[in-house]
Amino acid sequence: MIELHVVLILMIICAIVAMEIKDLLSSVIALGAVGIGLTVEFLLLRAPDLAITQLVVEILSVIILIRATVGVKVPQENIKMRLGYFIFALVFVAVFLFFSKRAVAQLPSFGDPMMKIGSLYNSLALSKAGAANIVSSVILDFRAYDTLGEATVLFTAVIGVLTVLRASGRKK
Amino acid sequence: MSLYILCLVLFAIGIYCLLVKKNLVKKIVGLGIAEYALNLFFILLGYKSGGEAPILSRGLTANSFVDPLPQALILTSIVIGLAVTALMAAITLRLYEKYRTFDINEIRRLKG
Repeated sequence: MIELHVVLILMIICAIVAMEIKDLLSSVIALGAVGIGLTVEFLLLRAPDLAITQLVVEILSVIILIRATVGVKVPQENIKMRLGYFIFALVFVAVFLFFSKRAVAQLPSFGDPMMKIGSLYNSLALSKAGAANIVSSVILDFRAYDTLGEATVLFTAVIGVLTVLRASGRKK
Repeated sequence: MSLYILCLVLFAIGIYCLLVKKNLVKKIVGLGIAEYALNLFFILLGYKSGGEAPILSRGLTANSFVDPLPQALILTSIVIGLAVTALMAAITLRLYEKYRTFDINEIRRLKG
């Protein structure tokens, strides 16, 4: 699976560009490039539903972030990379990768999942839920309460956005 | 194995951006990168080599699909990530209207 490595390294490069570039609009567009790379990875990993959703969500979030950054005058401050930050970054990355390497060693190897519940869903989807798409049968039938909770979170977030951005009732 | 490590490197980049950058938009970008890496990690865990996409069709048995459970969970997570991004962007816009800056040090100082 060499193509997975190539796209993932491309995503890492785009993420570093998004982190380090000065211009905010360019940073948001580089984040969009990371999201498109993630869409390609989902397609390669046989998850077409996720690829469609990720593409739509990526476009929407880039539009929202461009709305937040366009027309904003950010003064060109030349932030010097201080030595303390650099040491912090090195220590952080080293500790994180050390513990993640030990954790990854315990996981099942790539391409060989456990599938204790997944195989059950795979065999029962047609007879119990009557759906050809197994992912749809999981989110809408077997685990419908999760989807109800997701709808609640979305509703709460929309109420939060409306409360923060409403024009009336604001002190001048 | 190397895919897992690369995915965790992407996660570390996102968390580092979230911790170190002073700009609020950069913090949103960092959180987005970390979230993408986490979603990808779950799908990598559920991949079965030679597996097909979990959509039933003729000639495929129940053993030939990848794991559908992480895909269903991450489908929820992606949509919630969009809602979180929208909420953070709204709060950032409101802070910019009030303080005319994205720098968190300036915002803290102007609070008085």
